[in-house]
Amino acid sequence: MIPVLFILIPLISGLALFFFKNEKTAKSFALFSSLITLAVAVSGLTFLNDNKFLQYSHGWLSFLGSSFAVKVDGMGQILCLLTAISYPAIFISTWKNEYHKAGNFFGLMMLEQAGLMGVFVAMDALLFYFFWELALVPIYFLSSMWGGEKRVRATFRFFIYTFLGSVLMLVAIIYLFSQTKDHSFSIESFYSLGKVIPGKTQSWLFWMMFLAFAIKMPVFPFHTWQPDLYEQSNTPTTMVLSAVIVKMGVFACFRWLLPVVSIASFQWGDVVTSLAVIGILYASLIAIRQDDLKRFVAYSSIAHIGLMCATIFSETEIGFQGVMIQMFNHGINILGLWIVVEMIEGQTGTRKISELGGLAQKAPSLALFAVIVGLANLALPLTNAFIGEFMMFNGIFSSDSTRYHIVFTALAAISIILVSVYILNMIRKVFYGDDNQITREAKDIKWNSKLVLSVIVIIIIWLGIYPDSMLNLTRSLSESILKSSDVIHLLSGK
Amino acid sequence: MQNVLQIVWLIPFLPLIGFLINGLFRKQLSKSLIAIIACTTVLASFVLSIWVFLQVKGGNSHVAEYFNLISAGSLKVPFAFQIDALSSLFLLIITGIGFIIHVYSTSYMKEETREHYGRYFSYLNLFVFSMLLLVMGANYVIMYLGWEGVALCSYLLIGYWFKNTEFSKAANKAFIMNRIGDLAFLLALFWIFSKTGSLNFDVVFSKGPLLDSSDITIITLLLFFGATAKSAQIPLYTWLPDAMAGPTPVSALIHAATMVNAGIYMITRSEALYSLAPVTQNVVAITGLATAILAATIALKQNDIKKVLAYSTVSQLGYIFLALGLGAYTAGIFHVMTHAFFKALLFLAAGSVIHAMGGEQDIRKMGGLKGKLKITYITFVVGCLAISGIPPFSGFFSKDAILLSAFEHNKVLYVLALFGALLTAYYMFRLLFLTFNGSFRGTQEQKDHLHEGPATMTLSLIVLAILSFAGGFIGIPEVFATGGDKLSEFLSPVVPVFREGAVSHSTEIILMVLTAVLVIVVIVMAWLRFRKYQQVEEKGIGKFLENKWYVDELYDNVIVNPLSRFGDFLKNVFDRSVVDGLVNGVGRLVNYGSRQIRLLQSGQVTGYVLLMVLSMLLIFVVQFFLRK
Amino acid sequence: MPVNYYIFLSLALFAIGIVGVLVRRNAIVFFMCIEIMLNAVNLLLVAFSKMHHANQAAGLANVGIDGQLFVFFIMVVAAAEVSVGLAIIVMLFRNVHSVNVNFLNRLKH
Repeated sequence: MIPVLFILIPLISGLALFFFKNEKTAKSFALFSSLITLAVAVSGLTFLNDNKFLQYSHGWLSFLGSSFAVKVDGMGQILCLLTAISYPAIFISTWKNEYHKAGNFFGLMMLEQAGLMGVFVAMDALLFYFFWELALVPIYFLSSMWGGEKRVRATFRFFIYTFLGSVLMLVAIIYLFSQTKDHSFSIESFYSLGKVIPGKTQSWLFWMMFLAFAIKMPVFPFHTWQPDLYEQSNTPTTMVLSAVIVKMGVFACFRWLLPVVSIASFQWGDVVTSLAVIGILYASLIAIRQDDLKRFVAYSSIAHIGLMCATIFSETEIGFQGVMIQMFNHGINILGLWIVVEMIEGQTGTRKISELGGLAQKAPSLALFAVIVGLANLALPLTNAFIGEFMMFNGIFSSDSTRYHIVFTALAAISIILVSVYILNMIRKVFYGDDNQITREAKDIKWNSKLVLSVIVIIIIWLGIYPDSMLNLTRSLSESILKSSDVIHLLSGK
Repeated sequence: MQNVLQIVWLIPFLPLIGFLINGLFRKQLSKSLIAIIACTTVLASFVLSIWVFLQVKGGNSHVAEYFNLISAGSLKVPFAFQIDALSSLFLLIITGIGFIIHVYSTSYMKEETREHYGRYFSYLNLFVFSMLLLVMGANYVIMYLGWEGVALCSYLLIGYWFKNTEFSKAANKAFIMNRIGDLAFLLALFWIFSKTGSLNFDVVFSKGPLLDSSDITIITLLLFFGATAKSAQIPLYTWLPDAMAGPTPVSALIHAATMVNAGIYMITRSEALYSLAPVTQNVVAITGLATAILAATIALKQNDIKKVLAYSTVSQLGYIFLALGLGAYTAGIFHVMTHAFFKALLFLAAGSVIHAMGGEQDIRKMGGLKGKLKITYITFVVGCLAISGIPPFSGFFSKDAILLSAFEHNKVLYVLALFGALLTAYYMFRLLFLTFNGSFRGTQEQKDHLHEGPATMTLSLIVLAILSFAGGFIGIPEVFATGGDKLSEFLSPVVPVFREGAVSHSTEIILMVLTAVLVIVVIVMAWLRFRKYQQVEEKGIGKFLENKWYVDELYDNVIVNPLSRFGDFLKNVFDRSVVDGLVNGVGRLVNYGSRQIRLLQSGQVTGYVLLMVLSMLLIFVVQFFLRK
Repeated sequence: MPVNYYIFLSLALFAIGIVGVLVRRNAIVFFMCIEIMLNAVNLLLVAFSKMHHANQAAGLANVGIDGQLFVFFIMVVAAAEVSVGLAIIVMLFRNVHSVNVNFLNRLKH
């Protein structure tokens, strides 16, 4: 029942929100609804943690062999929880922001949540595609109607880009469907194809699907929509985009790529990993020289996601689990980073790193949170990201599926130097030193951001000290994904 | 022994509590309360450490497991502490010296506002916590937690006065340099894990002999590279002198007495691997010696009192690495300990000088301080004698042990090491004479301000001075007293003692006398040269040394600047034009194509018909040929 | 008579129709050519239908009439088309004083 609630609560409240005229009520209602979703997510993690509640299936388009099959498994739990946490966090931290046509804005936000939840729980390829598109449409309106001056152009590009990927994915899904023995879109039928379809066909399918995911993540060289969109879009949308939506790509690789086209994933693993590793270094180097805070965060995100992508194709259990918890960690950390950026811009009116300085004296709490979130972003031990990165690097290093695992690890791990360079330089330039005209009038953050940032910091520290609490969720799942996508024996047996 | 295991977690936990209380309530607590919390937590850890120390004396070694930090696939990393002779010795050094420095800081930092005072002590406590984590960890991951934790604290404390841009730059530099080392450390961990399937010390070391020698060499080299960052060796030493931007007690605690020993501890801990890798051992020894001499030459020409001490730290660490590389682990650890004593002493005394001079650090503007700062002067002398290796001060015994093992190993190494030791004596006494002798060269205002620090400061100095004097007696060589080398005996369960080609007792005594005489000669030379201050413009090699061999500039020009230019290129040119250009290019191509194809729609019916006919013909033809 | 004769005749008619459409500009001639093409098809349909019928075992009465039925449909449609088309042409001539199709591309703009 829980996955249905995940979809229904935001969907219904989202549709209802379109009729709200008053901004305050719309805001409150959206927050209320997102808190209920969070409560459901938490209860799904704790006392309703039983397949009876976590699974649901109902006939839907049965003439096409598709059904409304949803299930919250370990990875789904993590990502639904991330989605459920980030929404109230976004609403509370941007409580003061004003929007014209607030009802529409919040309505679209909630629809977006419904789409995201759907993607994470769908156990049917057609349903997955349906929600994948559902998650794309609201974001188009959100960022093209509320945001910076060049928002329409940036959004248009994002839309075309992701839509192209989606269409190719649809073609691949339909082809896969036609190959299933029982003509069904169900995930089991798709998984059974992984080792059946010949490698050459799989290669085509692989690239058609991977392109969609790679654009979403984004992996170098498909990343250029991201900095522009982050820069132009309004902050809540950007937060949703970077905290949750980019995880869709990573998530989809796990659920719909590795086990479905296993042979091709293995064959093309080196190519994809190379792209990802190049992307890590590339984005890190750009982030070092970036002056705009929003673009800075965008490039840092590209680097982090690149590491996840590289790890996925290393096909090791340690790596898988590392990526799964890192998806959550990265979402939390980047949310914190965005709130900090939003506060800086709100207080000073600028996002140029070179124009800022000395904020630590004016806004000590903000500086403290910024430092903690920044350190979490550079994966300092005892913050959440460390365990994830450690496991991911370890995963790449111990990978059997590539001969270049040492090179990949060494190159990817250079990012731990580069990330500390850009994060610390940003902190130094923005917060330390003497204040100037721009930062002189800045004030410290208000209770709402403080509350959200404190929660984020608690999560950061908690998962840094006791990551096993989350690793337990993903253990069996990563084992099974590995088992169903492991083709080395198959190939060497031939 | 069982009760040790039950409460050993308190040792790092107490400073953590101190950190949390001081960090969270720094605005509410009064300064004295902050100081009391910070000091008592460390003191309590110290008391516990003594107790643990007494428990492990008989050679006991225990691992206390608490919970699973990571368990994924074959990777199982428990949160576990290892208590044995080596770690308990380090526990004593860290908490003991840490406590003294906490006490010293209570007066040194008195002028800070309450909030910053709380911030300072919470950082200090966090540092002690991280360092304890580092030495107590029973696997490489826990060690790594502490390893980066100390780097973090170092970053926070160097940049403590964050208003000053230069200071925060130095903080960044320290952290980033350490991260370079961390990269190597991490790679070593992955390598170890992929070869042995575990990161726990006991498993790794027991499987060590089964590994390929090439694997061992790579692992140990990577670990060593990690250690060069933390323990300030070539090529990653340049952060340490810059780290002097932090408050002086911090320099004493982190950048002299404890954190820089992390790399040494790690290598000693991994002794089981290093003794299997002769190539790495040579690299370690040579790097150590080169660093020792390089840093000593730079120290000759520095004018900042803390910079001289910083380079002397780098140089002494070089000696310790030389010892490690020669397999003389006990000698290395011995020097770690005595160095912690006298370097903490020297830094705190320097802090006392800086405190008295109202923040002045340039020794060219000091001089003649011995009258006003009696206790500081005397303790500083003790420190200088100890570091120079004058018998019977502590430094003599530890440095002699290193020199002796160098002599046993290779005569060239010995000569170079001896040369370095003489340089040490020269620059330390130059510092002493310039600071305390001659006439005062500062402003009148500073002169009136000169005063000895409060009792907490002087008392700390006195305690450290006594330790610096007597600390060597736990490792008296066999020549003087049979069974005098208590330290080796204590450490022998963890670190086996190898002596190859041991020299006879008479040679040993001759060497000692030779060293001592030469050092005294050098001190006299320094006395003659620096008794009276003369202003000289440095030229040639002097200028070269004053500018630290231009290593910073070299790094900037060879690594930092090209990389940032490359980053600019990627950001402004490549990302915009190439990647984005390709994407937009595809869009433009589609646009252009459709504009061309649009022209076919001319509105001429005949045109359409013609097209239709032609296409039909084409289809016929194609089909015709396909049939064939 | 072999079916080839009919085929070639209708091919010739069809070709004449196409060439007429392609080279002439007069709308009336256009129409005539279209009619010729339609009749070429009709001829073919009738011919095939007849041959088909002849070779068919006479089991079913209406087998083979399909083609001939179709011809009637085509004729009806063609007649309707001509009536509408001619009306359009007349209207065009009244408006632009020309039945040259080259002038009739105004929809393009």
